Amino acid sequence: MTATTHDHAHHAAEATGFKRWLVTTNHKDIGSMYLLFSLAMFLVGGAMALVIRAELFQPGLQLVDPYFFNQMTTMHALVMIFGAVMPAFTGLANWMIPLMVGAPDMALPRMNNWSFWLLPFGFAVLLSTLFMPGGGPAGGWTMYPPLMLQTGTAFPFVIFAIHILGISSIMGSINVVATILNMRAPGMTLMKMPLFVWTWLITAYLMIAVMPVLAGAITMLLTDQYFGTTFFSAAGGGDPVLYQHIFWFFGHPEVYILILPAFGIVSTIIPAFARKPLFGYSSMVYATASIAFLSFIVWAHHMFTVGMPLAGQLFFMYATMLIAVPTGVKVFNWVATMWRGAMTFETPMLFALAFVFLFTIGGFSGLMLAIAPADYQYHDTYFVVAHFHYVLVTGAVFAILAAAYYWLPKWTGHMYSERLGKAHFWLSTISVNVLFFPQHFLGLAGMPRRIPDYSVQFADWNMISSIGGFAFGFSQLIFVWLLIKCIRGGEKAEARAWEGAEGLEWEVPSPAPHHTFDTPPVVR
Amino acid sequence: MRIGKQCQKSVLALALLFMAGPALADLSLLNMTQGVTDMSNQVYGLHMTIFWITVVIGVLVFGAMFYSIIRHRKSRGVKPAKFHHSTAVEIVWTIIPLAILVGMAIPATRVLIDINDTTGSEMTVKVTGYQWFWGYEYIDEDVQFLSRLDVESDRARQLGSGVSPASVPYYLENVDNRLVLPVDTRIRFQITAADVIHSWWVPDFGWKRDAIPGFVNETWTQIDEPGIYRGRCAELCGRDHGFMPIVIEAVEKDEFETWLMAQREGSSADEASDAVASR
Ligand SMILES: [Cu+2]
Ligand SMILES: [Cu+2]
Repeated sequence: MTATTHDHAHHAAEATGFKRWLVTTNHKDIGSMYLLFSLAMFLVGGAMALVIRAELFQPGLQLVDPYFFNQMTTMHALVMIFGAVMPAFTGLANWMIPLMVGAPDMALPRMNNWSFWLLPFGFAVLLSTLFMPGGGPAGGWTMYPPLMLQTGTAFPFVIFAIHILGISSIMGSINVVATILNMRAPGMTLMKMPLFVWTWLITAYLMIAVMPVLAGAITMLLTDQYFGTTFFSAAGGGDPVLYQHIFWFFGHPEVYILILPAFGIVSTIIPAFARKPLFGYSSMVYATASIAFLSFIVWAHHMFTVGMPLAGQLFFMYATMLIAVPTGVKVFNWVATMWRGAMTFETPMLFALAFVFLFTIGGFSGLMLAIAPADYQYHDTYFVVAHFHYVLVTGAVFAILAAAYYWLPKWTGHMYSERLGKAHFWLSTISVNVLFFPQHFLGLAGMPRRIPDYSVQFADWNMISSIGGFAFGFSQLIFVWLLIKCIRGGEKAEARAWEGAEGLEWEVPSPAPHHTFDTPPVVR
Repeated sequence: MRIGKQCQKSVLALALLFMAGPALADLSLLNMTQGVTDMSNQVYGLHMTIFWITVVIGVLVFGAMFYSIIRHRKSRGVKPAKFHHSTAVEIVWTIIPLAILVGMAIPATRVLIDINDTTGSEMTVKVTGYQWFWGYEYIDEDVQFLSRLDVESDRARQLGSGVSPASVPYYLENVDNRLVLPVDTRIRFQITAADVIHSWWVPDFGWKRDAIPGFVNETWTQIDEPGIYRGRCAELCGRDHGFMPIVIEAVEKDEFETWLMAQREGSSADEASDAVASR
């Protein structure tokens, strides 16, 4: 492989200061903005989670009104999904996909700028609803009617905000697809692409397919509220459950949108630190594709208790159980990659290993939830809360953290403090389990989700969970501190910052110059 | 690096402290209730089966992973192997999970068919969810009433009430009017709602079912033992979603008939006062 990199004299007229960031079309600038925005939203959503955990610290209502509590659970989810996890992945895609496929930039740089800048406006609208008369949305992030229609002034603003976020995601995805399909360096065939690129390609297709479905569902809510339609009202011949079908047709692929890029990240990091090629590359690609396909035909497993016909319940149960097969293949492949490698345990590797372990635990509880009769008990309890936080926090978020540690040297040109990184890892990993593992017990013992107060038999585990929550929340400040230090300075990073790292991104200097691969590298 | 080790040690100590925490907690609260119906026992059986399956898979996978983490590390001076795929192995670990899943799907299907068969019931109770209480009607018996959070819990649960929840018997698990049901009787439930979606859940019966405005969901139960069984609304239904418990009083058949008779006689007066209270 050859890499051609040089600084451009003819870009001397580039804007500076705030304007530089406002008008930039550079994939690295936009990637950085996405990542920093995501971090900010992670802290905002985390603060909301701490309000929730503080109220649940003991039985009785001590801090907030139940209605405000419901706003917090709703907003926490919307902020974390649309503000923290999705933008983080888009930021990683922006930074890394052009570098990984040997492209000079994203295929559609101006649209790239726009898709980012929609986000701060979308979230300004969304967060401002908390201060509106009647408060923010409080019907859960799933926004089920008729409850959602009881939202106050905030209602149209929430829907408008979600439309904006959806448009941003769709544009980001189109950009990813266009870049991957058109701008790969000569010689980089599809089956030579890094797995992160593959998982993102599939994720982008998922997003393009399902974000419009969400837009449709919430627009129907809007017309039900203001224009006299009765899509979701039985009184007018509609059906509230119709909304759930449409929503989860978006919602289940959405959970894979939140996890497939994480699979790509982990499949990049484990081989690098095991100093051994990824086991079963092509089966990884096929497994990702089959998970994506299956994700379209399992949506009603979120609705086993709505009273579906038996045949429907059986179909969705079988289809959901089937997802365990390709997911299992992935986990086995990661373990086989480690097998007889020569592993070292820098922070990115630690987070990637914790991902494999804890995501798999989330996968196990997912398999349990797939069993429809047992789901009659699990559904809408803290068991479900524990399940999706294992796959989203110790899954998606841990993968994003692993990615950040892995590529920080490439982004900043400095090595981060390994000491702080390890402290961050151990504190996070221990506290996140103290936070979420007891929630399995609570759910099985009968505690429903989305309640601000509970009967006293749930007190002990809730207190432990809350302690874990605060510990986890404050541990993240170590990461913020580490990040500031790393951006400001530190040991100089080499082009190939990690001994076992493979891929085009390690052929360019660290930090990656503003413009890379103006002349495409040749991949053999 | 020394400071790193120190740091790891103190983190570990902290972890142990947390792990010691559960020893003080209510350890009986770890698992799903087995319940008091044949159905709930079957559901519990499925739950335990799939749980142990995941435990066995977990032990194997994590065992391999930790063995590798301990043995195959660079600091032990190992040279990394070069292999990167094996079609045979990959086929094996696709087929085996598939076989396990089929083995799991068979009993799950059997139980699912059973739960969804609402025929042959001996009596019918209509359950209606309201924001934020439940309404019960014994179909063809001319008995109906509303069931709300009891006054004591309601007082204690107000923000800043100063009443300790621990001092209230059955805090948030008590109602003014219990749903009285006979044991050893196949009871059909017709579940619906008046305003938003709720979900009627009594863990001891082994299921929950959504209460959807404008639609009626049917399901059934047959209680094996007399007793008091407590449940709650499981679907977010607004501000007081956490405050609409369910209490079942399961009694012998003849006792139930006596109770029903007494209700029928006193019902006209009760109903009027309930209707006023609900406005
Ligand atoms: Cu799903
Ligand atoms: Cu409710």
